[in-house]
Amino acid sequence: MVKKVVTPLTNETVADLKAGDSVLLTGYIYTARDAAHKRMMALLDEGKKLPFDVNGATVFYVGPAPAKPGHVIGSAGPTTSGRMDTYAPRLMEKGLKGMIGKGKRSQDVKDAIVKNKAVYFAALGGAGALGAKCIKSARPVAYEDLGPEAIVELFVEDFPLIVVNDMYGHDAYVEGRAKYEVR
Amino acid sequence: MEHKVRQIDASLVTDEIERLCISANCNLPEHNLKMIEDAMAKEKSPLGRQILENLLKNHRIAREEQVPACQDTGLAVVFIEVGQEVHIINGSLEDAINEGVRRGYKNGYLRKSAVFDPVFDRKNSDDNTPAIIHTRIVDGDRIAITVAPKGGGAENMSALAMLTPAAGAEGIKRFVVDTVSKAGPNPCPPIVVGVGIGGTFDKVTLLAKKALTRTMGSHNPDPRYAAMEDELLEEINELGIGPQGFGGTTTALAVHIETYACHIASMPVAVNINCHVCPHESSVI
Ligand code: SF4
Repeated sequence: MVKKVVTPLTNETVADLKAGDSVLLTGYIYTARDAAHKRMMALLDEGKKLPFDVNGATVFYVGPAPAKPGHVIGSAGPTTSGRMDTYAPRLMEKGLKGMIGKGKRSQDVKDAIVKNKAVYFAALGGAGALGAKCIKSARPVAYEDLGPEAIVELFVEDFPLIVVNDMYGHDAYVEGRAKYEVR
Repeated sequence: MEHKVRQIDASLVTDEIERLCISANCNLPEHNLKMIEDAMAKEKSPLGRQILENLLKNHRIAREEQVPACQDTGLAVVFIEVGQEVHIINGSLEDAINEGVRRGYKNGYLRKSAVFDPVFDRKNSDDNTPAIIHTRIVDGDRIAITVAPKGGGAENMSALAMLTPAAGAEGIKRFVVDTVSKAGPNPCPPIVVGVGIGGTFDKVTLLAKKALTRTMGSHNPDPRYAAMEDELLEEINELGIGPQGFGGTTTALAVHIETYACHIASMPVAVNINCHVCPHESSVI
């Protein structure tokens, strides 16, 4: 069964999500990858506000392709989340609830997901053309000088995701692989 | 003996590189889609089948709308073989290639993913140059070009080992399977695995990359290596990683091995991982 989820995420929505669930996500989310995270950490170090309201927010680790004329956005699929592992727990402490990317997370991130009642989703890696179809609007929020690494507010509709790490400490990569591992 | 030199205008190279950069990223060959379809028919995990179906859907949308299948349109890796009877006029070959990349990534609305300095500024070059260029001078009067854009996710999961000859075929297989196992969900499985064996520290990585430009699922002409490709594919698919890493029987679509002579004391092995997108396209001028 596919679960319909809307942003901003609440404790109740997150509590209902289990590793391995298929989800269709609707609402505003924020793009951010390596360079944007680095700048956000600097803002936190200086005690300044982040470029978007992080409370209940979901970030999408993505660097989209440029939009063709008449398109909202270019191809937009997930990038490898592990590169954001050093930054993610700090954002969760500030209220971040959801992360969208691909690939494994560190134990620190998994612990922070449990501690802060957050969730890590995977989008389909290498399905950027399909992903772009679910993005209905895109508004730059910060760091436009970073090109594909800028922070952009996206409105997504029925964006297909799979829950990787839930707030109960489960991991769909580990559990899924164990089912089919022959060697 | 008189040799006829063929003059080729550098702008022809630029035009062709531009076209190949766009096409390789947007038009995945029907053959590759068929490989994914076949994998779907065999995949045991229901979630895995659903994922493969969505990947197929994605690749068809990319073709119809002429948008890149994946947003990571990579660094532009260019293999170019220049016939020794060719005289390139009106510009240098490298400039012509980089200009083609610049235009292809701009006019094709492809993502620019190159940073000039690898450590300190990491400033985006904004036009995806410089390309990674591998040039060979060969017989003849033609220029053969393969553009193989390479995304970062799968590239980061690649590895090199300087094995000793005593490690043998078993040692090679263990290293390849371990590398794929460690990569897990990160390189967007199902993957294509390029394996280089032999040569030197530098040559072996090039062999692995070159292996990825073969037609997906094709075999090494030497039956011993062709058998090794099949065995590796089977072992990799027994890892259980599955489509996108959520478990399943399709972890890799193909394993390609390329080999070269090597030193009596060495047996280098390189594993270059590519995702299911595995973009590359070739043409001849
Ligand atoms: S590994 Fe391939 S499919 Fe995945 S993000 Fe990179 S280029 Fe795209």
